[in-house]
Amino acid sequence: MSDTAMIRVKDLHKDFGQNHVLRGINYEIQKGQKIVLVGPSGCGKSTFLRCLDLLETPTSGEVWLDDIKVNDPKTDINKVRQRMGMVFQHFNLFQNLKIIDNLTLAPVKLGLMNKEEAGEKALELLKRVNLADKADAYPHSLSGGQQQRIAIVRSLAMNPEVMLFDEPTSALDPEMVGEVLQVMKELAEEGMTMVVVTHEMAFARQVASKVIFIDGGLIQEENTPEEFFGHPKNQRLQDFLSKVLA
Amino acid sequence: MSLSEQFYSAFIKNNRWQLYLQGLGKTIEVTFFAAMLGLVLGTIACLLNMQRSRTGKRTVLSGIAYIYIDVIRGTPTMIQLLIMWNVIMAASKNKILVASLAFGINSGAYVAEIIRGGIQSVDPGQMEAGRSLGLTRIMTMKSIILPQAFKNCFPSLLNEFITLLKETSIAGAVGLAELTHASDQISSATFSYLMPLMGAAVMYFAVVKFLSLVFGKVEKKLRESDNR
Repeated sequence: MSDTAMIRVKDLHKDFGQNHVLRGINYEIQKGQKIVLVGPSGCGKSTFLRCLDLLETPTSGEVWLDDIKVNDPKTDINKVRQRMGMVFQHFNLFQNLKIIDNLTLAPVKLGLMNKEEAGEKALELLKRVNLADKADAYPHSLSGGQQQRIAIVRSLAMNPEVMLFDEPTSALDPEMVGEVLQVMKELAEEGMTMVVVTHEMAFARQVASKVIFIDGGLIQEENTPEEFFGHPKNQRLQDFLSKVLA
Repeated sequence: MSLSEQFYSAFIKNNRWQLYLQGLGKTIEVTFFAAMLGLVLGTIACLLNMQRSRTGKRTVLSGIAYIYIDVIRGTPTMIQLLIMWNVIMAASKNKILVASLAFGINSGAYVAEIIRGGIQSVDPGQMEAGRSLGLTRIMTMKSIILPQAFKNCFPSLLNEFITLLKETSIAGAVGLAELTHASDQISSATFSYLMPLMGAAVMYFAVVKFLSLVFGKVEKKLRESDNR
């Protein structure tokens, strides 16, 4: 295993009762890489992603961020999560807070910035996604696409080193998918390390450094987007692609 | 006696109206202290009791919270009040204190269940989002979950306070001269029940109405974040 990897996953297993969702995943993610995970629903790709920042606790195996073992009970998981942003399928903006407070809450509560610094940074981030005029609105009043763009910059307000995306466009109306993918593309161009679970194959083709196909709780194939989509080797991947690209 | 004579003897004669107001004062005092105590006890009991569903383990404190909620909801308020007055606080002569404690402890058990409902109605994604940013469970609970939970269970909490206000009418059993007790005394003194009981009923209703109006305003304020 190379020492330069940012995230290292070793023999990761996750059971939900009798259901073995992950059956031994090994993978390394280098700084700056954009990893896109695809696979049929229920294959474990979201569970894998959620194990990276311990929103799910692995049943066995190891997850490392640099030289910190993430799933060690002695590790301060909150410190790890400050370095990893997570974007959810259903946005999960804080419903009781205005947009601006959604962005400033964590940096201020965790003592990383004072209220003014956090407020300035938040406005800057909102401008970046063209939503500065929504600073004083509540999440309910915004469209799904707007909420998801804000969820992305809420994570960015913490200056994370890696961003995890859990099907960020799956809950959106079709006409709003583009605006969210655009923000993600810009983020990728800036060099952010990203791990993305998605069904947007065009996005994977365009942005991914590596595409991973997960099925049956295992990585079945991993390759560059050209090879992955051009010459898929795994039979199940071929079936999967023929369905989603049809 | 004509109605006006009854009215006169029930309210005007011997300045009896003052007795109702004094009674109402005690009713409100006990309700207020009991509501505050109930809110604090209920929130703590709820969070402790819910520990189990999260971790799958019962700590001693969580067990105490569970038994508290179970026993208090399973026994009559009257019995609890009498136990408080005659056994636990038998040395105390302070009826307001004893009644506030009894009703507060009683209310706390119901408030605990109301708040549990409120917390469970908050989308679990809210906690995940907080945790994913590096906030602790307690920070997320305080800033995100509880404010939403309180908003969700606001109508039920108002209901609980209204019930509490009316339930204090049994405090006459330990000799506390609250509103019902006062009206009962006057009925006995005047041999006429209609006016004193109607008078007490009107006062209870007025307070409940006032509470509902105030709570309605607060709730509207709380619902600001829901406006589309």
